[in-house]
Amino acid sequence: MIHNMQNIRAQFPQLQEKVYGKALVYLDNAATSLRPQSVIDCWQEMALRYNANVHRAVHKTASEATLRYEAARKAVAAHIGAASEKEIVFTSGDTAALNLVARCFGTAFIGEGDEIIVAQSEHHSNLVPWQMICKEKGAVLKCLPVDESGHLQIELLPQLLTERTKLVCVADISNVLGLRNPVAQIVRLAHEKGCPVLVDGAQGIVHENIDVQALDCDFYTFSGHKVYAAPGTGVLYAKRKWLEAMPPYMGGGEMIESVAWEGSTYAAPPYRFEAGTPNIAGVPTLVPALEMARLLNSADIAAEADAVRDFVLESLSSIPGLRLFGVPADRQEKLPIFSFTVEGAHHEDLALLLDKMGIAVRSGQMCAEPLMTRFGVTGMLRASFAPYNTMEEAEFFVASLKKAISMLI
Amino acid sequence: MNLEEAKQAVIDDFSLYDEWLDKYEYLIELGKNLEAFDESHKTEDRLIKGCQSRVWLDWRLEDGKLFFTADSDAIITKGIISLLIGVYSGRTPAEIAGDDFAFVSAIGLQENLSPTRVGGLRSMIETIQRIAAENA
Repeated sequence: MIHNMQNIRAQFPQLQEKVYGKALVYLDNAATSLRPQSVIDCWQEMALRYNANVHRAVHKTASEATLRYEAARKAVAAHIGAASEKEIVFTSGDTAALNLVARCFGTAFIGEGDEIIVAQSEHHSNLVPWQMICKEKGAVLKCLPVDESGHLQIELLPQLLTERTKLVCVADISNVLGLRNPVAQIVRLAHEKGCPVLVDGAQGIVHENIDVQALDCDFYTFSGHKVYAAPGTGVLYAKRKWLEAMPPYMGGGEMIESVAWEGSTYAAPPYRFEAGTPNIAGVPTLVPALEMARLLNSADIAAEADAVRDFVLESLSSIPGLRLFGVPADRQEKLPIFSFTVEGAHHEDLALLLDKMGIAVRSGQMCAEPLMTRFGVTGMLRASFAPYNTMEEAEFFVASLKKAISMLI
Repeated sequence: MNLEEAKQAVIDDFSLYDEWLDKYEYLIELGKNLEAFDESHKTEDRLIKGCQSRVWLDWRLEDGKLFFTADSDAIITKGIISLLIGVYSGRTPAEIAGDDFAFVSAIGLQENLSPTRVGGLRSMIETIQRIAAENA
């Protein structure tokens, strides 16, 4: 197992980096993951050898570039268990995917007085686009709240769902709370009322092997950069019936079937939603990236990651004055994303001191201001682990955190 | 201590420490020792915009000299603002407005703060400069 982990770490060049002369301990994975050599190689190869625009020209290089771009679509579809690669739309990231649904689904299906339910724990990307479309259409944004421990108050969902509810939007794992949300149950409850569900998989795609057909969600979105792929890549999965029913929101090249001055007809999905030149170097990196994700989520590595999670969870709960947000009822529902405050020590001070010890963590509102308001804090400190983080790093983090706290209090 | 001497004293204090962690420890001490700030003065108009943590700066003009008081909910930020007002409090507006604030670079503060915090530091300096200019 140890041998495995060393091999895996060797594949992430940035893990060998030093900051301030100290070994980098990278615990900001929920913001963006590090990239393995296989992704860097693929990315570089696309730039060095296969730089041509996709889907257009007949020349050899263009066809090579197109093959790799479309191979990524197949790989994504297979990875998340989509019924067809035609259900995979490439975007520039999770945010773009969510905005695409808000705009296109909103145009087709949201009217005055309709309702959209969004979980209170969502990051801004899965909240602001819904606020925008609700404001524009005169629709109502409803909140599925979280309780004090950070769990969604799922028992409130049946009464929130009405005949006017057009969509439920929820992350499978909150980027702050790190708890597995009961998305399967949410999908079931919503579908009983005939309401589709969008699952934001920005964090979930990293830690779980998702199966969108088994989950039966209507939409699933994620960014490439959080799951080891090149930044500027993103995925929208949508059931075919929705993609076929939604109008495009960006017009331009490659999304059309026929263009005349009098008007245009649009290409079939997914191309209808991919106007313009896409991230031709980045998208193919999703192939090695998702291979890495599958490897890192395999049983033996997951067991090690669980041990790290359990250690951090126990260590943090033994620190006086530390308040953890997202307290699991059962540790299996907790992902290694730990957001907390320490009484008497500001999150920004802690982050600065940890940085000087070589540890990269996040401090602030984590792009989830309503959740900060919910818990009555101005910000939190977040340490988010990836499967390539070791027990040794976790121990160093806990010791360093204790040292930083003692410097401040 | 005149302004030049005050700035040199800060540079000397900082040069005592090789490790940035120790320099932070020094800033934390400065922050902890900063004169208490009137809670009722923690108002929106005294808040310095552009800082990640909240920083309040208050001032008064006495015998032609500016005196500053400040507070922050983050202790290192409080140490940084303490360092600034320690140097510039009790100076004439003209003296402050004419200064280049270069000693801040000399102690290497910018290189050792994250970009967002460097932005915050810049906001603190600009606020002090603006107050000085308005009173010059």
